[in-house]
Amino acid sequence: MNWFRYASPVEFYPLAGRMVPWFAVAAALSTVVGLYWGFFQTPDILSQQKEYYRIIFVHVPAAWMSMWLYLVLVGWAVLGLIYNTRLSFMMAAAVAPTGALFTGIALLTGVLWGKTSWGTWWDWDPRLTSELILFFIYAGYMALQSAIEDSYRADRASALLAIVGLFCIPLIYWSINCPDPTQCAALHARSSMSAIETNILAAMWTMVFAFWMYSFAVIFVRVRNIILERERNSTWVSRLIGGGPS
Amino acid sequence: MIAEFFSMGGFGFYIWTSFGLTFLLMLAEVLYLRQQRRTNLKRIQRIRKMNAGSDS
Amino acid sequence: MSTSSSPQAILVLLRRDLTLAFRHRSEMFTPLFFFILVTALFPMSIGAEQSLLQSIGPGVIWVAALLAALLSLESLLRSDYEDGSLEQMLLTPQPLSLLVLGKVLAHWLRTGLPLVLLAPLVGFQYYLAGDTLVTMMLALLLGTPVLSLLGAIGAALTLGVRGGGMLLSLLILPLYIPILVYGAGAVAASATQTLPAQPFLLLLGAFLILAMVLTPVATAAALRISLG
Repeated sequence: MNWFRYASPVEFYPLAGRMVPWFAVAAALSTVVGLYWGFFQTPDILSQQKEYYRIIFVHVPAAWMSMWLYLVLVGWAVLGLIYNTRLSFMMAAAVAPTGALFTGIALLTGVLWGKTSWGTWWDWDPRLTSELILFFIYAGYMALQSAIEDSYRADRASALLAIVGLFCIPLIYWSINCPDPTQCAALHARSSMSAIETNILAAMWTMVFAFWMYSFAVIFVRVRNIILERERNSTWVSRLIGGGPS
Repeated sequence: MIAEFFSMGGFGFYIWTSFGLTFLLMLAEVLYLRQQRRTNLKRIQRIRKMNAGSDS
Repeated sequence: MSTSSSPQAILVLLRRDLTLAFRHRSEMFTPLFFFILVTALFPMSIGAEQSLLQSIGPGVIWVAALLAALLSLESLLRSDYEDGSLEQMLLTPQPLSLLVLGKVLAHWLRTGLPLVLLAPLVGFQYYLAGDTLVTMMLALLLGTPVLSLLGAIGAALTLGVRGGGMLLSLLILPLYIPILVYGAGAVAASATQTLPAQPFLLLLGAFLILAMVLTPVATAAALRISLG
């Protein structure tokens, strides 16, 4: 099967459309399973934290998604710059809002967890602060894209920006986490993953899977919207929507 | 029993707000995309009509 | 002009940029005055108590330096963009990254270096003492070129874009954070004597070298994208 066929928006549009319902269903099912597991099959206490630790089931998956989706974004940006394919840039543009959404969710749930766990809404914990910066990096990408009118230039400029951002993110994280170069310490000690009970871990990973399924569904829907918008003047779109030559 | 579940040892507000916000935001994203698609389709219909008009 | 070697081209570019800048001397002063004004605002708004100012001084001075750098970035490319000489730069046989390096060096000489020299005055405002001021100047000396180098990428990306200045700030400020953290950290370490300032300065030096090597490439790519 010639996969490169699907590198064109014309071919990818219907393919994505067929896949969306499957991802949506998978997302819904795994969410139900994950939440049920997380609320009913797990103990009420996690190390020193009481029931509120359950926020972990959305906070950690959301934080991971925010980071992984940024990598996906940069991946598409690099592909676009190397191969000059329109669809690659459209995919990058489609990923950004969902990545930003998960960053926002991670921040909001992180704040709520912080309030219960150590008493204040915000205390500049290095990880949450880095998440905040990631949010601004997403925002910058989206702002640059919408500020430049010519889509050819907008795509490539924001792609370059995303790549530069990727280089800087580790530096930013290390500088926030280790403001003193001779020693590094996270503000709040986190229990290591292995110490967490298996049921809790399983529920969390199920939620991660659910978020991935959701992301695929939403991103494919969005890229279809982007394709429609960018190709609105072409005949294939006209034929598709109208059901006959215009 | 159910009341106990919802209260979650007194932390109910934080837990349910977290989950609630998460799903609300995701729902908002889905609805927004749906709206975006409708706008796009209308626009394309208008373009079709314009082209059909200028051809005849 | 006959084919010249790359170092010669950079020197020519440098001389040209500095001459032009000298003709518009007043433009050089605006970021400087901004820097001084911003740092003067904090004692007015928070109060002039000595220990308070001493503790916030390093951070405030660095944030003001960041903001002044952002303001000054407009002048890096705008006039060359408007009169077409930027496009000429793309057409010359010299590697674009080297030309970019030359332009950024000129930019730093006229915006960053004056700031470094002026910083002790501001340091006095914040009751910072002798060797803290020296550390501060060193840190700024190492950090402000990086601000120009990184900022050049943003300036190239937002070339000619409406509302570009504000957008530029949004794009570049997150990238400035490591410089800010370690630059202010160096001064704070020296002021409070709790830590040696040297590791901070070494780190800043490493950033400078990294930036000199990598950012011109990105800026050159951004220029090609923006100018088509």
